[in-house]
Amino acid sequence: MIVVIDYGIGNLASVKNGLDKLGVESKISSDLLVIKKADTLILPGVGAAGQGMKNLKEKGLDKVIVEEIKMGKPFLGICLGMQLLFEKSEEGNVNCLRILKGQVKKFKKMRKVPQIGWNQVKIKQRSNLFKGIGNESYFYFVNSFYCLPKDQEVVAGVTNYGENFASIVIKDNILGVQFHPEKSGLVGFKLLENFVKGANYVG
Amino acid sequence: MLAKRIIPCLDMTQGRVVKGIQFVNFRDAGDPVKLAKEYDKQGADELVFLDITATVENRDILLDVVRKTAKEVVIPFSVGGGVRTVSDMRTILRAGADKVSVNTGAFKNPKLISDCAKEFGSQCVVLSLDGKKVGKDWNVFINGGRTDTRVSAIDWAKKAVKFGAGEILLTSIDTDGTKKGFNVALTRQVSQAVSVPVIASGGAGKLKDFVEIFNKGFADAALAASLFHFGELTIQEVKDYLNERDIPVRSLL
Repeated sequence: MIVVIDYGIGNLASVKNGLDKLGVESKISSDLLVIKKADTLILPGVGAAGQGMKNLKEKGLDKVIVEEIKMGKPFLGICLGMQLLFEKSEEGNVNCLRILKGQVKKFKKMRKVPQIGWNQVKIKQRSNLFKGIGNESYFYFVNSFYCLPKDQEVVAGVTNYGENFASIVIKDNILGVQFHPEKSGLVGFKLLENFVKGANYVG
Repeated sequence: MLAKRIIPCLDMTQGRVVKGIQFVNFRDAGDPVKLAKEYDKQGADELVFLDITATVENRDILLDVVRKTAKEVVIPFSVGGGVRTVSDMRTILRAGADKVSVNTGAFKNPKLISDCAKEFGSQCVVLSLDGKKVGKDWNVFINGGRTDTRVSAIDWAKKAVKFGAGEILLTSIDTDGTKKGFNVALTRQVSQAVSVPVIASGGAGKLKDFVEIFNKGFADAALAASLFHFGELTIQEVKDYLNERDIPVRSLL
């Protein structure tokens, strides 16, 4: 069972709808026991990092997420859900989950922020997750902030919006994507499908 | 590079897509869910649904369309028409929309924008602005284009962004349905005045119009309705034309 973690932020219906379309069983939940029992976790989220972390902590979700990831459970962080994996976000100057090393920064070179729309991802790593996905495919983004990983080895996809940023990170059982795969057409679904079907991450 | 978006607009009443000229003389253009699915397949980057009657009975029909569309399409879509409260917005988002557009409700009560942005994030809140030339300036018109607010379109756009609107859907009433081209001057002024993306709407008639609105109007996205509904141009034709002129557009796969 896949559990989409509900921490009272953003629009969870679209992620759930996406999983339904793939025909996989999933559940939206903030229940710690349900999360611990899940085979796979998805942390979605659109919104502010400060509010996101606050909500995670209030529900005790922050600790559980870290524990479950460390135990090797497949984990997908989408948009804010990816950013929260890092050490610190410039958005509200907030400490995040510290699972991945690096910071979350604001776009500074473009006049229009947030970035809204379809942008290309240059694939930097071989991974079974990218099976059936062309290099430089377009994905749907909505973000004002981006991840700046310390460890370049985790960067699996790069996108340019005034500056280059990590649009996909992969580390062990973790997949983080800055775009919304559930809204990124067939290509996005392919990635989601590869993830939920448990493709080995490193190709 | 971030692609320029091509967005078909589905104006709806009583569960059917309709298209008018300058906000009147509507004709039927088909089933919304079917059309949405078709546009997704053709490579539309996003979809815009507007409930042009926005009565209480229509709201249930609209929500039904939203639910069905959310299950059928794999691209983002916004829904608007008669949104007056945070609870209206929540209902539409829960039905599966990605964004909600506000128009008259937000003009009368700008706090609606900040309340919605606070609850769901700015990226969910699209300001739908209908502008019409009055003298030298463009004024904001509300109530489906029937009422002149005497407020400048540019001023309202700036204010709405301050309140938290994440995007502006800018419709020129003067050019709407005329197929004589987008309102380049109005779009350029609004786009330069705000720091959020602007979707230009009203007047698309030929391929060249799309090039103009991106290159001269500084639009981030272009919207069209009848052109696509009645098969005069396909989304792919528009994108091929833009691509040949070095305007970045999303290609499928």
